[in-house]
Amino acid sequence: MAEPLLEVKNLTVHFPTDDGLVKAVDGVSFSLLPGETLGVVGESGSGKSVSFLTVMGLINAKQAVIEGQIIFQGQDLLTLPVDEMRNVRGEKISMIFQDPMTSLHPYYKTGDQIAEAIRVHQRVSKQEAHEQAVEMLRRVGIPRPDERADQYPHEFSGGMRQRAMIAMALSLNPDLLIADEPTTALDVTVQAQILDLLDRLKQEFNAAIVIVTHDLGVVAEHCDHIQVMYAGKIVEAGDRRDIYYGAHHPYTWGLLASIPRLDESDTKERLQPIRGLPPSLIFVPPGCAFHPRCPHVFDRCRTDVPELLPADGHHASRCHLSLSDKERIFQEEVMARS
Amino acid sequence: MSVEVTERPQPQPATSETPLVRIRALRKLFPITRGILFQKRIGDVHAVDGVDLDIKRGETLGLVGETGCGKSTLARVLMRLYDATEGSIEFEGQDITHAKGGDLRELRREMQMIFQDPFASLNPRKTVGSIIGAPYRLHRVVPRNKIKSEVQQLMELVGLNPEHYNRYPHEFSGGQRQRIGVARSLALRPKLIVCDEPVSALDVSIQAQVLNLLEDLQEEFNLTYLFIAHDLSVVKHVSDRVAVMYLGKIVEMAVGQTLYRNPKHPYSGALLSAVPIPDPDLAAAKKRIILEGDVPSPIDPPSGCRFHPRCPNAQFPKCSEEEPELLPHHPGQVAACHFPLEDRAIIETPAGG
Repeated sequence: MAEPLLEVKNLTVHFPTDDGLVKAVDGVSFSLLPGETLGVVGESGSGKSVSFLTVMGLINAKQAVIEGQIIFQGQDLLTLPVDEMRNVRGEKISMIFQDPMTSLHPYYKTGDQIAEAIRVHQRVSKQEAHEQAVEMLRRVGIPRPDERADQYPHEFSGGMRQRAMIAMALSLNPDLLIADEPTTALDVTVQAQILDLLDRLKQEFNAAIVIVTHDLGVVAEHCDHIQVMYAGKIVEAGDRRDIYYGAHHPYTWGLLASIPRLDESDTKERLQPIRGLPPSLIFVPPGCAFHPRCPHVFDRCRTDVPELLPADGHHASRCHLSLSDKERIFQEEVMARS
Repeated sequence: MSVEVTERPQPQPATSETPLVRIRALRKLFPITRGILFQKRIGDVHAVDGVDLDIKRGETLGLVGETGCGKSTLARVLMRLYDATEGSIEFEGQDITHAKGGDLRELRREMQMIFQDPFASLNPRKTVGSIIGAPYRLHRVVPRNKIKSEVQQLMELVGLNPEHYNRYPHEFSGGQRQRIGVARSLALRPKLIVCDEPVSALDVSIQAQVLNLLEDLQEEFNLTYLFIAHDLSVVKHVSDRVAVMYLGKIVEMAVGQTLYRNPKHPYSGALLSAVPIPDPDLAAAKKRIILEGDVPSPIDPPSGCRFHPRCPNAQFPKCSEEEPELLPHHPGQVAACHFPLEDRAIIETPAGG
């Protein structure tokens, strides 16, 4: 088996606040192979963004209590000095954010912003960096890249700005690209363009990609592996077929049953929402964090924290139900709907 | 289910045949000016550019389209928040295009709006009770001493705890805030509620709760919805009819599943095929129509069919010169295209599905 590119071991990120300790990420472990696409699904406050901001080194010991290990290409990023981390960030791991309006600087020309990123990491002249920036803009499908490089971000549409962000993120040929809700702010047709672009660039640059999203559709089409997060923990992980055709966790079932689907049958069926609200990360429910909302809850769920146990291969879930019950309920309640 | 409704004299007997809303040749242009002292008009944003639309009583009409296609402007012109540039709007057979003063006030009781952002549409300094009760105070339909109990009934109806009457919006989650917005829009028992992206700011598990609530309320109060959203799956789920807008015009409109089964306009097809499907096998089998580029500027929309610069089926010079009319295709389906798509589903649902 190939050496994993990224291995996160028992990562916890806790923020001390006046109201108490916010347990944003609470014991997350996973690994990512080179060239793989991982989808991380969860609702607001599930810890999905915080996990990957920590991987990027954008959340550090000054703001939060961080424990565990983030091993990237054999190095633990959490113990890396700040200046070495700066070399990793951007060059080895880069990130694109949800809102391309706020992540580009409005005062600087788009091409100059990309060129600056290149010049921070590589010894090249301004002229060369500019040429590389134009080339990157061309590769992400921006028409007339030489003219576009001299324009300001406000002259770009939302989709074009996201392309420019991707150009910047890929300009140093990183090994890992983290896309945090890359298409949430975009229209569906533009979303499709951007996701296709990421697929294509993944081949071209041979990078591993992490897509953090709340949209189960996006991950179904573009990710090899999927992790579902809830209240700071991974509650289910597996290959995409495991998740869509045999999910094992009641929260995943809830997500699958609560979204309206384009392929649903003609008879209007009621959506099955997950009851209640996501928990506060300060007062996480004891036992399984999902138990107050779970329709299949039993006594043990209220006291014992379930482990993330593998069922077969990659597929693992954090739930006390027996495997046969999980399979039966999934067939009866989730598959029956579609 | 019958619910006590404050009876008001009907302006004129409208039969069940007349649509609740009839929009004809509606245009809304926003002028672009240059200069400070002497403003010179240098162009117009054609936000809504010739829309005919009927909304029937008790139906949910879905309106989809991308950012900047004019769907929200259309809703705001209908709500009389903007004045129409040209064309007419009738509500229950009465022309309301230029309604003013008292007439407009009366009209506000009949149509209400739910906004997208539950964080921006509630005044943070007011209690929930006073936000939901504001329509009662403004329209004086309920005696002052009864407002509180009415508001608490409404809160219960939309699934909020009536004891939270004195709380402030920041104490509620996104989904609960959207329920507050729903309660406020229901206060005057309107006939029409315009829902402008009511669930797009909410998490998926909460989205379903609000969509179910809207469906229940529609049944209970015989509401008519104009449901605007960019998420086609959500629109499909709630709507009886769906209209697709592109650059200020309706390019296709169809009842029920027709649009999803047999889109006729290439733009509808492209929109549908771009929606990610949470099922890897169906997603892989999906027929993709990929659009190039971005939506052109509504300041100077393309000639002929507005979609022609991006259309995979465009044939020249016809598409760039002649503007297509909305023509009937399948029963209950109209589309404005010279070379419509052939009958085929974008998403093949498994037989017997």
